[in-house]
Amino acid sequence: MILIPVFLSIILVYTVFAVYAERKISGFIQDRYGPMEVGPYGILQTIADLIKLLIKEDIVPQSADRKLFIAAPAIIFSAIFAGYAVLPFAPGLEASRVSVGVFYLLAIISLDVIGLLMAGWGSNNKFSLYGAIRAVAQMISYEVPLSLSVLAVVMTCQSLDLQEISYQQSLWIGDYSKISDSNYLLGIESLGINITEVGGFLTWNIFRNPVLMLSFVVFFVASLAECNRAPFDIPEAESELVAGFHTEYTGFRFAILFLGEYAIMLLVSFLASILFLGSWNSPFPNMGFLRLADWTNGYPGTFSGIAWGTFWLISKAFSLIGLQMVIRWTYPRLRVDQLMFLCWKVLTPLALIIILISGFWRLMMN
Amino acid sequence: MMTKGHINKGAKNTYWGSIAEGIVSLWTGILLTLKHLFQALRFKREPIGVENKDYFSFDKGIVTLQYPHEAIPVPDNGRYRLHNEIDDCIVCDLCAKICPVNCIEIDAIKSTEEIGKTSDGSTKRIYAGTFDIDMAKCCYCGLCTTVCPTECLTMTKTYDYSELDIRNMVYHFTNLTPEQAEEKKKLYEEKQKEKAKPKSQEAAKPGVENTKEVGEKSSIKPAFKPTIKPPVSPPKSAEESNVKSEEISGTSESGEVKSEEKKVAKPVFKPVIKSPTSTPKPAEETGVKPEDKAGTLDSGEVKAEEKKAPKPVFKPVIKAPSSSPKPAEEGSEKPENTVEPSETGELKAEEKKTPKPIFKPVIKPPVPKAHQTGEEQADQENKENKAEEKNKGSEEPKSEEVKKPAKPIFKPVIKPKPKQEGEQGDQ
Repeated sequence: MILIPVFLSIILVYTVFAVYAERKISGFIQDRYGPMEVGPYGILQTIADLIKLLIKEDIVPQSADRKLFIAAPAIIFSAIFAGYAVLPFAPGLEASRVSVGVFYLLAIISLDVIGLLMAGWGSNNKFSLYGAIRAVAQMISYEVPLSLSVLAVVMTCQSLDLQEISYQQSLWIGDYSKISDSNYLLGIESLGINITEVGGFLTWNIFRNPVLMLSFVVFFVASLAECNRAPFDIPEAESELVAGFHTEYTGFRFAILFLGEYAIMLLVSFLASILFLGSWNSPFPNMGFLRLADWTNGYPGTFSGIAWGTFWLISKAFSLIGLQMVIRWTYPRLRVDQLMFLCWKVLTPLALIIILISGFWRLMMN
Repeated sequence: MMTKGHINKGAKNTYWGSIAEGIVSLWTGILLTLKHLFQALRFKREPIGVENKDYFSFDKGIVTLQYPHEAIPVPDNGRYRLHNEIDDCIVCDLCAKICPVNCIEIDAIKSTEEIGKTSDGSTKRIYAGTFDIDMAKCCYCGLCTTVCPTECLTMTKTYDYSELDIRNMVYHFTNLTPEQAEEKKKLYEEKQKEKAKPKSQEAAKPGVENTKEVGEKSSIKPAFKPTIKPPVSPPKSAEESNVKSEEISGTSESGEVKSEEKKVAKPVFKPVIKSPTSTPKPAEETGVKPEDKAGTLDSGEVKAEEKKAPKPVFKPVIKAPSSSPKPAEEGSEKPENTVEPSETGELKAEEKKTPKPIFKPVIKPPVPKAHQTGEEQADQENKENKAEEKNKGSEEPKSEEVKKPAKPIFKPVIKPKPKQEGEQGDQ
């Protein structure tokens, strides 16, 4: 329970600076500065914007469905925030170690769709409704490749427990993993190269099972759509729908929706890091006398273990968020038909093939 | 590196072709944006103007100019906010006349004596009771700075002077308080009353003199009176008075002095006005109505007109009355202007004056006229019109003062006057 305010404050601080970072990145990509006036290099710009946002009048349209309209932001944010409950931030540090963590996470994020539909329908606004319909269609569609790509990881790790998945990618697989006790190069035991003590990026899931590299791409693309991020932002499509499902929201309610949008970005980035990129483990392997992995990891349960674990997980997640931002400012928005083509004709078949290969790969692992 | 030859492009892509093309183009796109992202962290455009040889060398990195903190330098020929150095201003009203948007408002108060000298040696004989420039109206054409004989009116490099209240866009340049201005006005009016009688007598004489000596000059002045604006007249009168003091040596008689004065000062108009107005209405400088003028003109006699003639501007008005001469002159205006500055110039000016629209066109042709008028003016007012002085060159002490050779061209400025006059006449 202590972790709830911790996570909440992390999300708030992260959102403030993610917005700043996004504006800076978009500025640099477009050969501009981005915010420069409020605070040094404009670093306080988002705080100023947030204060302005919070003192805005809270408007509920007269013809809106008041109950749905008011409940929607709360449902959206709480659904996303609930996902943080099962994230392992470091060895031994998680709000709730659930044995079906991955399943829970995907399920709870899906509730987000209900909130979006409530917001769009409750606003009694054609743009909001269009946005909500598009959002639901898109998110339900992309749940499929998203889930399938995660399924490949689950098959590889033989577990739905996110902490278990993390331990399998760590130096302490033998001590803490309930399923495996050692790692081999590329996960193939018959090669005879035991890298349990090497660690680093070599024991990440995308190297334990190289097919998961493709799975990671599928997951990443699908998570962009899940976040309604460009180039999959047709639910919000500024140039067509004003702001999509949150057109009618103002002040604090809009801030909550905005917070939810950035929170789910962070959540899927955490999830991608945990499932594919070694979770809270350092990317540096032990090489001979250079015990990089030992130096950059802390033993589970110790303070250094928590500090290093948190540092690496957050670093990986932020890197992915940076990538999401660069992608947003690079690629144009997809048409609806292109969106569906990509989902059903490209990503879904690819994910199915990945699952098939992962099954065989698993047979070669210990 | 975008697409490879074997990849089919377009709507009829194959399944695998589409995927391959998508991957390649996505990769290309993200490399492009990443390149800009990292270049923006290392390179930045410097705030330099196009005149700098490095201007085109900043082809990478951030292009934003953080304006309040850094700005591209204004070129030397930049035309932005107007500034009038009132100490150097002779209140000739040329700027107000030529202004195409009427953003300069001048209330000239003739002085009873010479006020002083400008920094270029011109004699100041008129106070600026009001010298307001409404920068909200200004179109930044720079004509007023071109015509300014003393170059006291300039366009500065200050371009960032927006105001929350548009009324603050009016800049006041006068160095007189309203009380002082009123005092000067009264002084001048009293002086005029004293002179009123002699002037009326002189009117006849000057006309003769003008025709004899300088037909152009004399004719020009008369023209002014009719059309000329009352406001203009005051300054002129002041100039005249000044002229008198200066020129006195040349002309002993009051009548003569007047004629000379009229000729000398650009204000020429005023002189004319004075003759008509002075007798009946000394006080009415600005207040003089066109009708009154006309009346005065009529009463003022042919003589006045002749005197005025020198100043082309006036004639336009005059012409109205004297239609017969105009047509002939019109045909020959331009050539005359160039060839014959004196008589033809006047006539031309008149013709031009009649139609307002014509003004602009007229202005250009006026250049020759300007020279003519300039010559005339130069005779008396050398100081102000340097260019004029140059043109005439040999005439009188004025040559000494010749300050600005280039200006002669400006005198064409005079042209603007004709416009104004014409406008006034229309009014």
